[in-house]
Amino acid sequence: MAEMNCRDALNLALKEEMRRDPSVVIWGEDVALYEGSFKVTRGLLAEFGEERIKDTPISENSIIGAAIGAAMGGLRPVAELMTVNFALLAMDQIVNHMAKIRYMFGGKAGLPMVVRAPGGGGSQLAAQHSQSLETYFMHCPGLYVAVPATPADARGLLKSAIRDNNPVMFLEHELLYNSRGEVPDDPEFTVPLGVAEIKRRGDDVTIVAYSRMTLLSLQAAEELEKEGVSCEVVDLRTLAPLDRTTFLESVKRTSRAVVVSECCHTCGVGAELAACIFENCFDSLTAPVRRVSGLDVPMPYSRRLERLCIPRVEDIVAAVKNVMQQKY
Amino acid sequence: MPRTVIETFSVTRLDILDAEGNVDEALLPPLSSDDMVRMYELLVLSRTFDDRALSLQREGRIGTYPSILGQEAAQVGSAFALEQGDWVLPSFRETGVHITLGYSPALLFQYWAGDERGLACPEGLNVLPVSVSVGTHIPHAVGIAMAARYRRDRVAVVAYFGDGATSKGDFHEGFNMAGVFRPPVVFICQNNQWAISVPRTRQTAAATLAQKAIAYGFEGIQVDGNDVFAVYAATRRALERARSGGGPTFIECFTYRLSHHTTADDADRYRSASEVEEWKKRDPQERLRRYLEKLGYWSEGYQRELDERARGIIDAAVRAAEAAPLPDRRDIFTTVFEGLTPSQARELEVLHDAGA
Repeated sequence: MAEMNCRDALNLALKEEMRRDPSVVIWGEDVALYEGSFKVTRGLLAEFGEERIKDTPISENSIIGAAIGAAMGGLRPVAELMTVNFALLAMDQIVNHMAKIRYMFGGKAGLPMVVRAPGGGGSQLAAQHSQSLETYFMHCPGLYVAVPATPADARGLLKSAIRDNNPVMFLEHELLYNSRGEVPDDPEFTVPLGVAEIKRRGDDVTIVAYSRMTLLSLQAAEELEKEGVSCEVVDLRTLAPLDRTTFLESVKRTSRAVVVSECCHTCGVGAELAACIFENCFDSLTAPVRRVSGLDVPMPYSRRLERLCIPRVEDIVAAVKNVMQQKY
Repeated sequence: MPRTVIETFSVTRLDILDAEGNVDEALLPPLSSDDMVRMYELLVLSRTFDDRALSLQREGRIGTYPSILGQEAAQVGSAFALEQGDWVLPSFRETGVHITLGYSPALLFQYWAGDERGLACPEGLNVLPVSVSVGTHIPHAVGIAMAARYRRDRVAVVAYFGDGATSKGDFHEGFNMAGVFRPPVVFICQNNQWAISVPRTRQTAAATLAQKAIAYGFEGIQVDGNDVFAVYAATRRALERARSGGGPTFIECFTYRLSHHTTADDADRYRSASEVEEWKKRDPQERLRRYLEKLGYWSEGYQRELDERARGIIDAAVRAAEAAPLPDRRDIFTTVFEGLTPSQARELEVLHDAGA
């Protein structure tokens, strides 16, 4: 085990997979000389050269479009979007092509590609550059969606995503790049796509979360333990495929659930999770499921206002307490 | 301060075979008499397919279909220059390309009858599904070509689209990226003058479409799109350039959509009959027929035999398409991903339980 931050874990995953497989290439804006806007591609140009690490023009739709072509043409491209907010410029290529070509081609063309995209709020980047858009991708059939929370999962999931023959939206949280954690040394360490992980065992209530919200949920669980509430924290790790079994089994055991997501409340990931729980665990529930999520507003630029729009540890704590007090 | 001309540009147009069947011998590409006869037969077969597709649509046996009438030379001439293994990204009006490449007409009928299994490209061909979305396959072509070059694969990639597609962001971004990275890609625009009801002059104020390539740093050429030799010669040259590392080329085939946009359209509502009549005089098939007749390769007897042969091929294709077994319920899920996801497996199970 080595301790490292998410940025280095992702960087290590890219290096390892590029060394392992010459068909892995990286295309994106400022990924080569500048080494990525968040420095995730540090050292890659020096090691792998311009043929494999390419700075593209500022053309998000065609970065994805060309990666789709490259994937059909036998490569394993990793396309980097500078932030997930720019995916909106590429939504036609992502939704209409990346997600559908394999089906429309009768399975003849695989699409082994990854789109890496940093996102999330909390850095005072204002309304257009602070979004959590995972719901958009999760809603689209034909895409895998990875949302790692820890450095180990970031590395393991990215390696799996690159090796997988299906198209993967790999959503990184900008506030996690410096977040540290233990990462296994084994260069073949991977984390399977579509398998959630129970990050903390507990008996009274299940908190279902992903990405940065997993870390906040773990902090909330710590605080709640002091008050005698035992929380189980399920980290989804991928939103598609969604590992329903792990969190549904947990909720059936604890009989209470809080679902936490940074994205906007309405039709957000939490809505899908809550619906899943109600549909499958209703008889086991002793209290209604609670959602903790971002507000339904454009993200404010002001720090004071921004922090009110993103779920905080105390919001999760409050939701858990609420669930503990309620009864059907 | 001086005012200096720092760049000047010119746009070339290529014509080889005129409407009367005369050729410019100096420009005629190296084609054997067999090649020329083969080209003619492909024009006839494409038109026979087209004609039958329109009838089948009226009979309710296929769905909405976009006719290629008048554009056969732009399709046959360009596809004739391709080699086995080259990648082709067609738009939705490229029946002549498919037929020239040997794509089964039965699969095409199956597709237009509403069965996407018709797009599952046969082994040995690299023809992607038709892009009904306008111009969105242009960036794909660039990516495939970039991959081919990285893999040291000596193939070329050809993307077909219409004049309307030149207004799309995908066109700009894809052309720009092709200019920057110079992969082995050839862009072929069938400028048929109409994007449904919108004329070419409403797509762009540029005098030609070919000149757009200049701004992206590679060659654009306009060819008489109804002249199968000019289309072939320009495509051949572009493919040679692509294969030899010379980068992309844009070919504007100046042609005309003699029919409606699709069977769901009535072009008489927005364009004049006289315009259509003028273009009929420039028919691509008739001009090659005249040339072959002058060379002694065409006779009425040959035409009768050829028409019959083409009808036979198309009849058999329709029969094969209509005999295709119904798709299985599993087909809804099985090719979306490699392997079923848990939610797909659940949905599939429910479909079976319901006896759907």
